[in-house]
Amino acid sequence: MTHPIVLGGLDYALLLLYFGFVLGIGWALKRRMKGSTDFFLSGRAIPVWITGLAFISANLGAQEVIGMAASGAKYGIMTSHFYWIGAIPAMVFLGVFMMPFYYGSKSRSVPEYLKMRFDEKTRGLNALSFAVMTIFSSGISLYALAKLLEVLLGWNFDFSVVVSASIVLVYICLGGLTSAIYNEVLQFFMIVFGFAPLVWLGLRDVGGWKVLQAKLVGVATAQHFAPGTWTESWKHMASPSSNPMGVEWFGLAMGLGFVSSFGYWCTDFLVVQRAMAANSMSAARRTPLIAAFPKMLFPFIVILPGMIAIALVQDIHSGFSLPASADGTPNYNMVIPMMLGHYLPTGLLGLGFTALMASFMSGMAGNVTAFNTVWTYDIYQSYFAPGKSDHHYLWMGRFATIFGVLLSVGAAYFAARFNNIMDFLQLVFAFVNAPLFATFLLGMFWKRANGHGAFFGLLSAMIAAALHHGLTLPFGELAGIKGGWLGTVIHVYPGEMAQNFWTAIIAWTTCMVVTIVVSLATARVKTDQELNGLVYSLTPRLPEAQEPWYKRPVVLGVLVLTATLALNLIFA
Amino acid sequence: MNFDLRLPIGIIFSLFGVILVTFGLFSDPAIYQRSLGFNVNLDWGLVLLAFGLIMLRLALKARARK
Repeated sequence: MTHPIVLGGLDYALLLLYFGFVLGIGWALKRRMKGSTDFFLSGRAIPVWITGLAFISANLGAQEVIGMAASGAKYGIMTSHFYWIGAIPAMVFLGVFMMPFYYGSKSRSVPEYLKMRFDEKTRGLNALSFAVMTIFSSGISLYALAKLLEVLLGWNFDFSVVVSASIVLVYICLGGLTSAIYNEVLQFFMIVFGFAPLVWLGLRDVGGWKVLQAKLVGVATAQHFAPGTWTESWKHMASPSSNPMGVEWFGLAMGLGFVSSFGYWCTDFLVVQRAMAANSMSAARRTPLIAAFPKMLFPFIVILPGMIAIALVQDIHSGFSLPASADGTPNYNMVIPMMLGHYLPTGLLGLGFTALMASFMSGMAGNVTAFNTVWTYDIYQSYFAPGKSDHHYLWMGRFATIFGVLLSVGAAYFAARFNNIMDFLQLVFAFVNAPLFATFLLGMFWKRANGHGAFFGLLSAMIAAALHHGLTLPFGELAGIKGGWLGTVIHVYPGEMAQNFWTAIIAWTTCMVVTIVVSLATARVKTDQELNGLVYSLTPRLPEAQEPWYKRPVVLGVLVLTATLALNLIFA
Repeated sequence: MNFDLRLPIGIIFSLFGVILVTFGLFSDPAIYQRSLGFNVNLDWGLVLLAFGLIMLRLALKARARK
């Protein structure tokens, strides 16, 4: 069996050099890990440009890079909605409005904030579901990396799993969150420098943006869409049937732009933890805002290759093709790897490949650091061993890293064996996550919301999400993992994405309504005093005016939103 | 507290840059057929080297100030 990519000696040398370096950073940080705060929160001492880059990098795992390139091929420029609608506004909201409570409350994790604001059971529910979720996400990263290396280079699956897991294990055990954050920043530059030549060569090969646009007309009309569908992000959103994503603008704006996006960026501890490690309140607030600037430009590095690839595939003279997946359609997930192999000579190929591997590993590492923090502070310290010495919790953090990685390896093999169950689990996570933002919104901006309201709001929203999924189906799918498993189908959506967006919208609305109703029906538990620093109306305003304009969160927020709006208009 | 991250970033990218530039200077031009005839190892290696040196300079300047 031949493999699509052959690495030369030089490529392997670059790969080894990079990962040797990664371990070296962990080693150099080891002496600085004196207490649990150093290990889990980087001693709250990281400068803002680093937390900012780590903030996007933690989300820029390889699934993101590979998945967005695949969507670029499948849906064209519409994929940019995941950035310009589905990320930037939520990141600005987090920095301007929510960070003061996360950072100011001195909570060490997102579940801990829930405990301070609401009660123990709400924290428990969130901590537990989050811990399980991070393990599976990290396992999926590991599985995807090993699978990719097997297909592309012919590496042994077990070998890839063991080596990658060991590298992650060693550098986190040594340097904790700081190690993970430093590696995320390193990885950020690797992705940018590794993929930029790819985009440049691809675009040049096609003949520039104008020619690419013209070639994508063929792609769109071949699938019976309007000619500009692949290069215009908003013009074909009036009805779900006029675009390949199968969504209309309202479902997109509410489901993706509001519920899913704010739910992820504003409440997921994996990303919020990066901002919590910043060295001051001002730096913590600027973290997501500084992250938003490169995030805004990422579509040009990750989506554009997908669009170029599909144009090249269409053109028989290009000599570029994608391998077929099991059902005979082109395997879009291979866009990035195949383009690396197609354009980059030995040398740069090693760099690009290292970037790809690094992004898988940092995807895994981000989950492991979030896991060990939530496990140690929110589960172990809260329920099993309260009141131990700080040294004990530092030890527990290292130990949690080891079993977190071992569980991830288990999850990776689980994913290899039962693909369907993994799909199922991701579905369950979607149900768990969708309503969270409603809980935080009410918690931070309505002092009357209480613990019972939050807990039952979350619980009923999860059930509502599951019911909605069980009663609806995407067009052309059979009842089962895709929905409709409750026997009757009351609504058929034009596509899976529309169904997902609406599941999120329903979960969020249910959570909002139930939390309000239950809170009003039960007594208020926490006094104004106790909620100081946790609720907007009870927290003194931060003195912002003395800072220069380029350090003010509101100014940065307006700047990045304006730029994003401009990008939306240019590519509308 | 934590050491300046610009130092390791500067070192690794300067190293990558030097390796790629050196290889680019001595490699067989035939391997650049796939990169549309551009000696991307040499060109991009210079970019990496420049980035690495800027990071190193920033790190050393900050250290000197302390």
